Amino acid sequence: MLVKILLFARLREIAGRSELERELPDGATAEAAWVALAREFPAVGDYRTTASCAVNHDYAKFTTALHDGDEVAFLPPVSGG
Amino acid sequence: MGLARFAITPDPLDPAAVEAVIADPRHGAVATFVGRVRAENQGRSVQWLEYEAYAPLAVSVFEQIAREAAEQWPGATLAIAHRIGRLAIGDASVVVAAGSPHRREAFAACRYGIERVKQIAPVWKHEHFEGGDVWIEGATADPADAAAREIAVARACS
Repeated sequence: MLVKILLFARLREIAGRSELERELPDGATAEAAWVALAREFPAVGDYRTTASCAVNHDYAKFTTALHDGDEVAFLPPVSGG
Repeated sequence: MGLARFAITPDPLDPAAVEAVIADPRHGAVATFVGRVRAENQGRSVQWLEYEAYAPLAVSVFEQIAREAAEQWPGATLAIAHRIGRLAIGDASVVVAAGSPHRREAFAACRYGIERVKQIAPVWKHEHFEGGDVWIEGATADPADAAAREIAVARACS
C-alpha cells in the first residue's frame, strides 16, 4: 500500500522535503512508516521518543494501523505561542 | 471574509478581530492574550521568527482546547488564531480570546487556552538570531495526556 508521509520543522529539514510517499506492507503501522523513514534518514531516529504522530489529520498512536492512501504526519516537539 | 473562530493564517493578527468572532451579548467579560515576538531568547538576540504549522490538525486541536475550556468553565467561549510565516520583533504570533459572563472564568479560560496551545498545537518556531538559527522544541504533543491538562488547569486557576 502507498502512504503519504508529512514532515514538519526539524524533521522536514533532515529529510529535505515536507512530503514523501512510501510503499509499505499491508497492515503496517505508523511505527513501520517511522522505521522506514529513519532507515532512509538516520538523524530522524533521534526523535523517536519525542515525536508525535498524526494519521489523516488526527493525533494517533504509533501503533495505529495504516491503510492505503493514508496520510501520516510526524511531529517534533511543538513550540507554538 | 471574516476570521474563522479557529485559524492558522499568514496574515497579521488583529486581536479585536479575534474578539469579534466570539462576540456574544451574554459575555460581560472578554480576556484576550496576545503573544508577540520577543527580541531576546535565552541570551540570544532574536532577529526574526519563522513559524510553521500543520494547519488542518492545528485547527482541530484549537477546537478541542475550546471544548475542554467550556467543560471546565461552563459558559466560556474561546477563539484562537495563530500566525505562520516570517514574523518580526513585536509582531503578534498568537491571539487567544475568551468570553464569559464574568471575569473569573474569562481570565481562567484564556490562560488555559494559551497553556494548551503551547502543549499540543502542531506549531513550530524557527528562531533566527544574531549568529545562527535554531528550531525551538518544547513539549511532546499528546492531547490525551491528562497530567498536562491538569497542569494547564492549575495554571489557569493560579
